[in-house]
Amino acid sequence: MASKIDEQQVKHVASLAKLQFDDDQLGKFTTQLESIIDLFETIDKVDTTDVKPMTSATDQVNAMREDIAVNSNQREALLNNAPDTEEGYIKVPAIIDESGDGE
Amino acid sequence: MNFETTIGLEVHVELKTNSKIFSPSPVQFGSEPNANTNVIDWGYPGVLPSTNKGVVEDGIKAALALHAEVEQHPHFDRKNYFYPDNPKAYQISQSDTPLAHDGWIEIEVDGEKKKMGIAEMHIEEDAGKNTHSPNGFSFVDLNRQGTPLIEIVSKPEIASPDEAYAYLEALRQRIQFTGVSDVKMEEGSMRVDVNISIRPIGSDKYGTKTELKNLNSFNYVRKGLAFEEQRQQRVLMSGGTIGQETRRYDETSGQTILMRVKEGSDDYRYFPEPDLPVLAISDDWIDQIKADMPEMPSNRRDRYVNELGLKEYDAMVLTQTKEMSDFFEAAVAQGADAKMTANYLMGDVNAYLNDNQVDLQDTKLTPANLAGMVKLIDDGTISTKMAKKVFKAITNGEEPSSYVKEHGLVQLSDPAQLQPIIDEVLANNEQSIEDFKNGKDRAVGYLVGQIMKQTHGQANPQVVNQLLMKSLQAK
Repeated sequence: MASKIDEQQVKHVASLAKLQFDDDQLGKFTTQLESIIDLFETIDKVDTTDVKPMTSATDQVNAMREDIAVNSNQREALLNNAPDTEEGYIKVPAIIDESGDGE
Repeated sequence: MNFETTIGLEVHVELKTNSKIFSPSPVQFGSEPNANTNVIDWGYPGVLPSTNKGVVEDGIKAALALHAEVEQHPHFDRKNYFYPDNPKAYQISQSDTPLAHDGWIEIEVDGEKKKMGIAEMHIEEDAGKNTHSPNGFSFVDLNRQGTPLIEIVSKPEIASPDEAYAYLEALRQRIQFTGVSDVKMEEGSMRVDVNISIRPIGSDKYGTKTELKNLNSFNYVRKGLAFEEQRQQRVLMSGGTIGQETRRYDETSGQTILMRVKEGSDDYRYFPEPDLPVLAISDDWIDQIKADMPEMPSNRRDRYVNELGLKEYDAMVLTQTKEMSDFFEAAVAQGADAKMTANYLMGDVNAYLNDNQVDLQDTKLTPANLAGMVKLIDDGTISTKMAKKVFKAITNGEEPSSYVKEHGLVQLSDPAQLQPIIDEVLANNEQSIEDFKNGKDRAVGYLVGQIMKQTHGQANPQVVNQLLMKSLQAK
């Protein structure tokens, strides 16, 4: 049977998660991921016709908050937990890759 | 070979709510870095986001303004990516069930009206802001993290750079009139992502798209697209192929420059956001928002033309921004003549705003004072020439009728006062009367000049003309 996931795909998934594996780990995770895919294929056999996709773990609907601003006033405490700060900013290694868009 | 162009526009609009979309932190500009943040914005473990009702409401308002169908059972999705502007490593957005879909807006290009389709509109959170220093560090401010955004995606129906420009202009206007956003490109409350492809006419497959960045005004969008359209044609005509690229628009040269080649599609691994309960938007809620919807610019234009008798072009200019349109309506409500008010707004007021590079709401001009001035002209108290001085005064916040009184700018319109002056001028200028009888029209101008001189420019020129002609004809 053809493998369901190859090392190239595992490398791609790892890079998306900012992880790096050596060859041994790559082989190990490929096997593990394959058995996870097997598990999902088993689950896939359940007949779900007429079952609505579940998008939330709670039964709550429309649990919304009124649009009222509350300032946490926790700036100093939050900045204290950052690895490095300067003048109220979080200081990080230079970001060269501009591909993040957040949009 | 002839080509047809397909342009796609993704527009992000920042909503003006009090608090963020999933945390109660304030949405506020100009604060100290990271002052408007809390543990949710920083993505601390164990925190629970909660949906801001105001954002959903504003989203529905925007959807209605775009004639879109509201999704009544929407949920949120996670879009996964690593970047320091978002410490959660995912953005809460919508993928499966955007808040609204299948809308349209009307545009006008070269006098032709056309409906442009909107594929979908969803709500999501904005990311923080990075600044870069030359010495190997970047600085992150999370104040913007969590600011509510709506993203509006066009259908692939925009066929030229001019249509793209008109689409953006119409979109900006309609959103602005709903009041949910300032929609200002220069302040970042409206951002535009652009893609463009061309294909031989009749082809059933779209060409390869390129994406354009650094388009910081509608004008640059139009220019960048026009350049890119030509560039792609040149490449294809010379037998080349278009790469899937991101290109930067260079404002100085007007060209697009290759930034990077894209390989494969983005892999954001969307999945339903488990931390937020689903929404159920009732018909009642939508109806209630519909009932409170502010009037849209197209409706205002119709009203200005049909009820106030303005020209279509004037109605269009006045509805460019909500501030101008509201100002106009407030002045007319004070009893000022609509046409004259429109002329002053489009003429002197616009010139004043341009000269001083200010927005109408940041000046000392008020609808009441402009209306007051227009009424003084209308009832003949002051001449349009005197109005120049009065206009200057109202830009300084002065009340027109007291200014006119203080400075003796009252126009002399009473025939009983003017007639003796006219008689005196005529008595002193026998020659001019002779000239008039001999058909020399210049004589009249000279006599009017003399009368104006006698009255220190305060005589009402129309009344003077009438009285003078009568007197001359009686001689």
